[in-house]
Amino acid sequence: MAAYTPDPKSIAGTTLNLHERVEVLVIGAGPAGLAAAMEAARLGRSVVLVDENPIAPETMGENLPLHFGGGMTQAVRNRNAMLEAVVASAPEIAEAFEAGIDIRLGTACWGLYAPSPAVGWLPGPVAGLVDGERTWMVGAERIIVATGRRDMGLAFTGWEKDGVMGLTAALRLAQRYAALRTRRAVVLGSTAETLQGALALRAAGVEIAALIETNATSAGPEALLAELERGGTQLLFGQAPKRAEGADAIEALAVGPVSADGAPIAGAEMTIACDTVLLGIGAVPVIELLDALGCRTVFDTARGGVVPVLDPAQQTTIAGVCAAGDCAGIWAEKTLDTEVARAEGRRAAGGAEAAVSPPAASYDLGAYRLNWVRAAVLETDGTAHVCQCEEVTAREILEVRPPRYLGWESRPSRRNSRDIRSLLGAAPPNPDQVKRLTRAGMGVCQGRRCREQVTALLALATGEEYGSIPAATYRAPVRPLPLMVAAAASEESPAMAQHWDTWFGMPSQYLPPWDLPETYTAASRPKGHEVASE
Amino acid sequence: MSSDDAIRGASVVIIGGGATGLSAGWWLARQGVDVIVLDSGIVGWGASGRNGGGCSHHFSPLFVEEQRLWPQMDALLGYPTEFQPKRIRLAFDEHQLTLYGQAVRNAERQGFGSRLLDARQAKELVPLAGDEVVGGYFYDFGGHANPHRTVQAYAWAMEDHGGRLMQHTRVEGFRRAADGRVTGVVTDRGEIGCDAAVIAAGPATGRLAALLGLDVPMVAARAEMVVTEPLPLMPLGGVDGNGLYGRQTMRGNLAYGGGPHEWIEFGDLVGPPPATPLMTHIAGRLARLFPRAAHARIIRSWAGVIENTPDGRPIIDKPAEPGNVVLATLSSIGFGLSPASGHAIAELVTDGACSFADISSFALSRFRALESDWAAIQGWRAAAPA
Ligand SMILES: Cc1cc2nc3c(=O)[nH]c(=O)nc-3n(C[C@H](O)[C@H](O)[C@H](O)COP(=O)(O)OP(=O)(O)OC[C@H]3O[C@@H](n4cnc5c(N)ncnc54)[C@H](O)[C@@H]3O)c2cc1C
Repeated sequence: MAAYTPDPKSIAGTTLNLHERVEVLVIGAGPAGLAAAMEAARLGRSVVLVDENPIAPETMGENLPLHFGGGMTQAVRNRNAMLEAVVASAPEIAEAFEAGIDIRLGTACWGLYAPSPAVGWLPGPVAGLVDGERTWMVGAERIIVATGRRDMGLAFTGWEKDGVMGLTAALRLAQRYAALRTRRAVVLGSTAETLQGALALRAAGVEIAALIETNATSAGPEALLAELERGGTQLLFGQAPKRAEGADAIEALAVGPVSADGAPIAGAEMTIACDTVLLGIGAVPVIELLDALGCRTVFDTARGGVVPVLDPAQQTTIAGVCAAGDCAGIWAEKTLDTEVARAEGRRAAGGAEAAVSPPAASYDLGAYRLNWVRAAVLETDGTAHVCQCEEVTAREILEVRPPRYLGWESRPSRRNSRDIRSLLGAAPPNPDQVKRLTRAGMGVCQGRRCREQVTALLALATGEEYGSIPAATYRAPVRPLPLMVAAAASEESPAMAQHWDTWFGMPSQYLPPWDLPETYTAASRPKGHEVASE
Repeated sequence: MSSDDAIRGASVVIIGGGATGLSAGWWLARQGVDVIVLDSGIVGWGASGRNGGGCSHHFSPLFVEEQRLWPQMDALLGYPTEFQPKRIRLAFDEHQLTLYGQAVRNAERQGFGSRLLDARQAKELVPLAGDEVVGGYFYDFGGHANPHRTVQAYAWAMEDHGGRLMQHTRVEGFRRAADGRVTGVVTDRGEIGCDAAVIAAGPATGRLAALLGLDVPMVAARAEMVVTEPLPLMPLGGVDGNGLYGRQTMRGNLAYGGGPHEWIEFGDLVGPPPATPLMTHIAGRLARLFPRAAHARIIRSWAGVIENTPDGRPIIDKPAEPGNVVLATLSSIGFGLSPASGHAIAELVTDGACSFADISSFALSRFRALESDWAAIQGWRAAAPA
């Protein structure tokens, strides 16, 4: 047989332009990431540790990657001061510098890639990094993802206003930037993460005026709850937020009583003066890079929701890619003792410590979230935008409404009323399908504020369990990336430019019917004449 | 599984809930045929939900029907498809402009007009374009639609006419009568009896056809796209050029693809594949196509898998054996043609022939002399064959 000539228009055989090769790349300089980097260095590996903090104020203003809700002070505009604040926030950062680790702050990872049966052209695990205006690709023997947690959103009236923010976002601003605006906050939720976070904010000088819990009892440890109460926080169970009041920035939160299953019941509404409402109903593992890469994930109540499938060495289902810290799972013991996350980091780096599994779940995370969404989102007038980017309400999601800009609702049609049940097959509804039709989750924040709510809404509408709703997918880039910045990561080689075509570039595909031969063989196929594919 | 064993059969079973299978199901249902569409996942989970939405296929015998139907689809289906008529193709040099001429001649011969644009006219019509544009064509035909909305519209409209859809149902084989005819399909949820079957399973069509002893040659490939945040709407969303295809959506996002693909072994695939750093190359091309949008941020990229036959052209055929099965692969260009391909498939099922177009060039028999190692000859393998 003649020598094999690969299709020149295929990417197979193209070498990805790697700007850098490292032995170990760690993403995220929290406790797990820092411990991973230190352990890898101790084992003699060369390590690059990237962390996106300090985040540009414009990005924060878009609620990326956390729901900052306008809660930052003007200090975030001073980049050098913020760099210093981030370094000062964790003594291990300085230690890691000393240990020879190449630490890059202000550097985000927007995508991970790896070879798989469907992706043949990559040399091994690869990361796309961006630092302000520059983007480049890094190849790594091992990538350790330690990207932490974010906050579940909750669409009550007024939640788009400045002052409604994620608890993790508030902690980030207080602890890593010393730039949190909040003076007096109301916190929603009562998980271990909520309670620990509220106490930490109090220690940072924030008054926690009240804690609102829709459920009748706390989801977190009683001792922490009692500590919060001793410090003067009013505990309100069986209550749900009604609206955040105030013109642009909030001045108060109105709450009202709800029944055990989340329905509003008779009883006086209460208004609590505050400048901030902290969303603390769900700490969510940040799995976006892993999911977009194609790592298998699973819903696990004991690990705090949708988490990557991991082996005892913290390896994901993709060779060479590990996860450690909150992105690998969130549970009370880990939240209360960062040593658990550090140990995960060390294991991910190749350390020989024994694996620690989470204990059985201490509360029913799915039922807990369903109750919150029922009380605060579903059993209301339903006008708040669950997806703030694309302005989609709960009702529009459940009715699978085409977006308003199509003007479809005003068209006379007998048949266009459809709801979520009309999408069902033999399996629970799929949030990606709902996203495609309603655009909920399709915006610039890439669904970070609405995803868990959409999951809950679909479960509530169909009577399914929260955990049985498939997880919506993530896609690279997990940080919005300007075209011109992304473009700078890869030069188009002369060979690629020569063969670049709109589609497959097969002449026979575009022959009009009147020019077609009667039979086709590979040997006699039209060659050597150019087409403009389309 | 006893309850599933009792799945009521249908006159026609269609395997594949992509644009092709669902359109065929809709056409059959609106004629009153008892039809059921099966998909191993959910509708549009394959290429049909991951494509560019272009509807301008002047090189297809189904072109005239494609153009006739699209402007009516919202009304016919009763659900929005976001179809937007007309297209512009921008050239960066005279050579490109010359190559584009083929489309113009094809369309003209079938009664559709085009207009040559000089650089100034092109930039007026495409405010995001820049100075590299030397000219282009305005196509007084074609257009684009929203694939997600369209696929769901087919499914709902088919159900409105009494057709049935079974998602999460994987076809694993066929039941056949002594004379070879297919009398049912075997699924992971039980058997479903039928008088006729359509295999419209995208990249899986070849494998399923092989179970019936039919050789439907195809190789699968991955292709990728990117989408930006919304931008102010251009007068016309369907603008191609600089080696890219795509559209500005009605929401304002730029959704574009183009450039290298990668041939893959489809058999190993579980679910849609991830995209790759090709995104950065597409970004570069897009920033040059629309310099005034170079600041726009990419918010997602994705990949889809499409199959290609050896000549890249559809196979829509009802082979003599087994006699009651229609094969339907659109060979990597099947979204835009779907209103017409579904119509043709429905007629092949009910009448044995297509009344509105000569689709003889879609016959499987054109490959009767095909080499057994055709894929290697054409270089459509990830690596040299061992
Ligand atoms: C990136 C990209 C861009 C594109 N751009 C365009 C464009 O602009 N214009 C255009 O016209 N075309 C475009 N295409 C091509 C177009 O998307 C496809 O040709 C078209 O969607 C094919 O539709 P289909 O229904 O034939 O196949 P598919 O969409 O592949 O559907 C086949 C279905 O069969 C199901 N299935 C498979 N095996 C089984 C089984 N055993 N049992 C049950 N179900 C099964 C699958 O789950 C799948 O849903 C593009 C494709 C890609 C990937």
